[in-house]
Amino acid sequence: MNQLAVELRGVSKAYGPIVANRDVSLRVRAGEVHALVGENGAGKSTLVRILYGLVPADAGEIWVRGARVAEPSPARAIALGIGMVHQHFMLVPALRVVENVVLGREPTRRGRLDLPRAATELSALSDRFGLRVDPWRRVEDLSVGEAQRVEILKVLWRGADILVLDEPTAVLTPPEVRDFFQIVRTLVGGGKTALIITHKLDEVMALAERVTVLRRGQTVAELETAKASAEEIARAMVGRDIAAPRRAGAAQLGEVLLEVRDLSIGTALSGVSFAVRGGEIFGLAGVEGNGQSELALALAGLLEPEPGSVRTGPPGPPAHIPEDRHRRGLVLDFLVEDNLILGRHLEIWGRAVRPHAERALSEYDIRPAQPSAPTRALSGGNQQKVVVARELSRRARVIVAAQPTRGVDVGAAALIHERLLAARADGCAVVLVSAEIAELRALCDRIGVLYRGRLVATLDGPSATEDELGLLMTGAREGAAP
Amino acid sequence: MSFLLQVVRITIPYALAALGGALSERGGVINIALEGTLLVGAFGGAVGAYYTHNALLGLLCGIGAGAALQLVHGLACVRWKADQIVSGLAANLLALGATRFFLKLCFDSTANSPRIAAWRTGAPFLIMALAAAFLAHGLLYGTRFGLRLRACGEHPEAARTLGVQVARVRLAAVALAGALAGLGGVWLAFDQHKFVDNMSAGRGYVALAAMIFGKWRPLPACAACLLFGLAEAAQIGLQASGIGLPTQLVQMLPYLMTILALTGGGGRARGPAALGTPYEAE
Amino acid sequence: MTMRRALLGPLGALLVATAVGSLLVLAYGQAPAQVWMLLLRGTWGNAYGIGQVLYKATPLMCAGLAVALPLRAGLFNIGAEGQLTVGALAAAVVGAHAARLPAPLAILLVIAAAALAGGAWASIAGGLRTRFGAHEVITTIMLNFLAAALVNWLGTRWLYLREAQHTAELAASARLPRLAVLASALHGSAASLALLVALALCGAAAWLLFRTRLGFEMRAVGLSPLAAETAHIALGRTTFVALALAGALAGVGSIAFVQGYKYYFEEGFTGGVGYMGIAVAVLARNHPLAIIPAALFFGTLSQGGLVVNFLVPKEMVDVLQAVVIVAVAVASAQLGRRGRA
Repeated sequence: MNQLAVELRGVSKAYGPIVANRDVSLRVRAGEVHALVGENGAGKSTLVRILYGLVPADAGEIWVRGARVAEPSPARAIALGIGMVHQHFMLVPALRVVENVVLGREPTRRGRLDLPRAATELSALSDRFGLRVDPWRRVEDLSVGEAQRVEILKVLWRGADILVLDEPTAVLTPPEVRDFFQIVRTLVGGGKTALIITHKLDEVMALAERVTVLRRGQTVAELETAKASAEEIARAMVGRDIAAPRRAGAAQLGEVLLEVRDLSIGTALSGVSFAVRGGEIFGLAGVEGNGQSELALALAGLLEPEPGSVRTGPPGPPAHIPEDRHRRGLVLDFLVEDNLILGRHLEIWGRAVRPHAERALSEYDIRPAQPSAPTRALSGGNQQKVVVARELSRRARVIVAAQPTRGVDVGAAALIHERLLAARADGCAVVLVSAEIAELRALCDRIGVLYRGRLVATLDGPSATEDELGLLMTGAREGAAP
Repeated sequence: MSFLLQVVRITIPYALAALGGALSERGGVINIALEGTLLVGAFGGAVGAYYTHNALLGLLCGIGAGAALQLVHGLACVRWKADQIVSGLAANLLALGATRFFLKLCFDSTANSPRIAAWRTGAPFLIMALAAAFLAHGLLYGTRFGLRLRACGEHPEAARTLGVQVARVRLAAVALAGALAGLGGVWLAFDQHKFVDNMSAGRGYVALAAMIFGKWRPLPACAACLLFGLAEAAQIGLQASGIGLPTQLVQMLPYLMTILALTGGGGRARGPAALGTPYEAE
Repeated sequence: MTMRRALLGPLGALLVATAVGSLLVLAYGQAPAQVWMLLLRGTWGNAYGIGQVLYKATPLMCAGLAVALPLRAGLFNIGAEGQLTVGALAAAVVGAHAARLPAPLAILLVIAAAALAGGAWASIAGGLRTRFGAHEVITTIMLNFLAAALVNWLGTRWLYLREAQHTAELAASARLPRLAVLASALHGSAASLALLVALALCGAAAWLLFRTRLGFEMRAVGLSPLAAETAHIALGRTTFVALALAGALAGVGSIAFVQGYKYYFEEGFTGGVGYMGIAVAVLARNHPLAIIPAALFFGTLSQGGLVVNFLVPKEMVDVLQAVVIVAVAVASAQLGRRGRA
């Protein structure tokens, strides 16, 4: 079974000045589980979107089962038996499961849709692969795990035998992840080929036979998981030994600046309590979708918690580095100087704007160092530095930083870490929400672990091990009560 | 009996335009251009019937004119991504200006066309409107095209990943909307046996209101049209019998009810999720 | 976007409109060149023509602002027509009763009445949006029809003169002087000092948008509601204020007619100016200062139609206006897209 199901040759793609893929090659053998790994922003998603015909490549060739694909398009990909499960589900919430599944390839009888027949066939397909879901329910009423099953069913319904799964576990709960693993094994056992895009190495080691590593848009390694260690793959992904700045000495603890008690928000968070003192960085670890986004928004005063919750802190909003800098952190069509006063425009206005911007640009080494540059034109790292510069220049005593280095280049990440540590040294209370265990261990004095909306453990930062955190985050081990 | 006839007379153009609006908006294209479409439909119908001396050919001309205007709107905002509201308003302005211009050119008049050959009865229109209502319902919920159309209105990216050509589906829906509203316009002209300047007189907006009141669904939208038609006919009846209910209050009714529907009276009216957003493949 | 790029759309639109217009002229059996020359000479070629263009451009500026300002905050106000109508009626009624006030005060009072009434009418849409999330596009359209019916009802029932379909005339002290008092050559045209008010409002709107915190907040909300919310900008308040201000601007648009020309309110005087405000805003790309040339352009077309009416029907210019709007809308979508890539 060494025939290639999919081969990409010399694929390149640039978005303006930003190169997403440069001369990438990828070889997926028929009947294998192949992992495509890389850090955030390494170009994985762009590559599979090219493969599926959603994005035209600037250069390069797509080969499927030994034949070159002349004009790639989603319709062509489907015809070739390629099915894609998108990271952000491509489901129409207002439609029923069966309608979503048949869309684009609808069975008809005398010109009319034949949904009952489709539903019957769908049930058979569900049974065969263990993908239970009611065909007549509306997608908006489904859980995330169920929605993903619908996505996979969509692909199977089209008779795909090459499945492209883009970060399939990012939004799943651990039991759902286990179910998902089982589903993939069943599919591959039944003769399908799977290409899984991920940045979680435990999944790679557990599922994949071979792995291709992307770094900064380029293929840097193609390994067999049986012969490679997780550490080896990690080094290939990162391309450096992570040399994060460390805390300088023990925390000079001050008084409690931020305290939450019994904080609950809908189904996202229940009964979370913790307190952060001045001079410490309190980390919040958790796999995405376990309530940390909601918690950060609530701490910033943007989400109203359920009654009964108690939040105490200094008056005024905390400094807040939001998780989603494109949508929440910045107005991309504003000038840089405008973004540097966004939310502070009541204090900084008129003649004060320009000097404020110039100071921030030089202090944070933001490039280009032009206050009147359009923010959209900046790179991701520089955009994030604009957000960090604005928020930290507030001199608020409490700082909430959510995923502050996600999708940011190494230099910018180091600078952001340095500034957070400086704030700690100044006696601020810092809450750092992150999915990067290395970042948390390097910076935090204490680390709380969120799992399914609960704070399941609070560990001492310096002594917490990667394994311990990983097990707690995935619910594999229950923590001691915080 | 005459009261019922009056209701039907008033409701037919509302219903046909509202059906067109529902098809277009369920596919994601805002349709403010219904007003102009009724107008060009009426004009096309009148011109066609006048020159061919044949009502059926006139009817086809009206339908064609409606579809053509909507295609202009569709090309501008689906193919070229112009703002749908701006494009719709421009289509209305175009319809008003063009019908006046050609009224002058064809009939040398600023007020109306000469008498045209039209059917003496509204029965064919009643039948066509009823058929259109059920066909639109069947099309939207029972066919391949309808499912794709709804998907394009809710989540065009999802539709595209399954190989659906979003722009093409939306253009087809808009053309269909033009044909339906054009037919409604033909009725306006045939009913009076002539074209009168600006004879749509805001009916397209009432139809839009009815469509929203019917929550973007064909049959409830038609029911709303019937309701508005009933109120209007009742008001005309009362006026004739000398009972003074201010005309204006009845005129306000459709608009007030639409606002009520938008504020949550009788269940919140929520449009298709991707309504008004141009879809662009990379 | 660079200046040259911003001009590309309007120039292209003008070209397309000229081509379409020439076809229409030919269809009517006239020579396009002759008609275009006549159109230009009848508008910008003599003092009266210029005065009429200025008169027509005045309410267009206000209506254009009434669309452009809320659009900056992400709100599409299609209700300028209704706001203008309501403002006009209020201005006429107040002006008719202002006989005992001195001129400057009476004039200001009438303008204030127009602004307040227009603003209040638009606030209904603002309230519906902030309280119920009702989309302003639909509510403002509905409010236009409600305004027409309401005004008709109030007028025929109470306010119109017995013998005519309009209100009583404004007191002499409440009337705005004609522009001819400043430039005597304009004598005979309907242009009044309302033009200066409209120009001042364009300047004021630009100042508001680009120099004040409120304008900053409006732009932030318009460009990225989530980022604005994260920056603790009150979305509801900004939305409401933007729409209320828009209504006030539209309302003031009525003074060119009520206070500067006819001195009374009559139905249908707007002639769709409120809707044309959308065209003006589109052409000006929502920049308050660009509103001025855009309004002058549409004013020229509208007056030019009357000038050439004896050769080709004046409705030709309605078609041209529509063509310009579509072309500019398409161009800004296409250029904006490429500019962002």
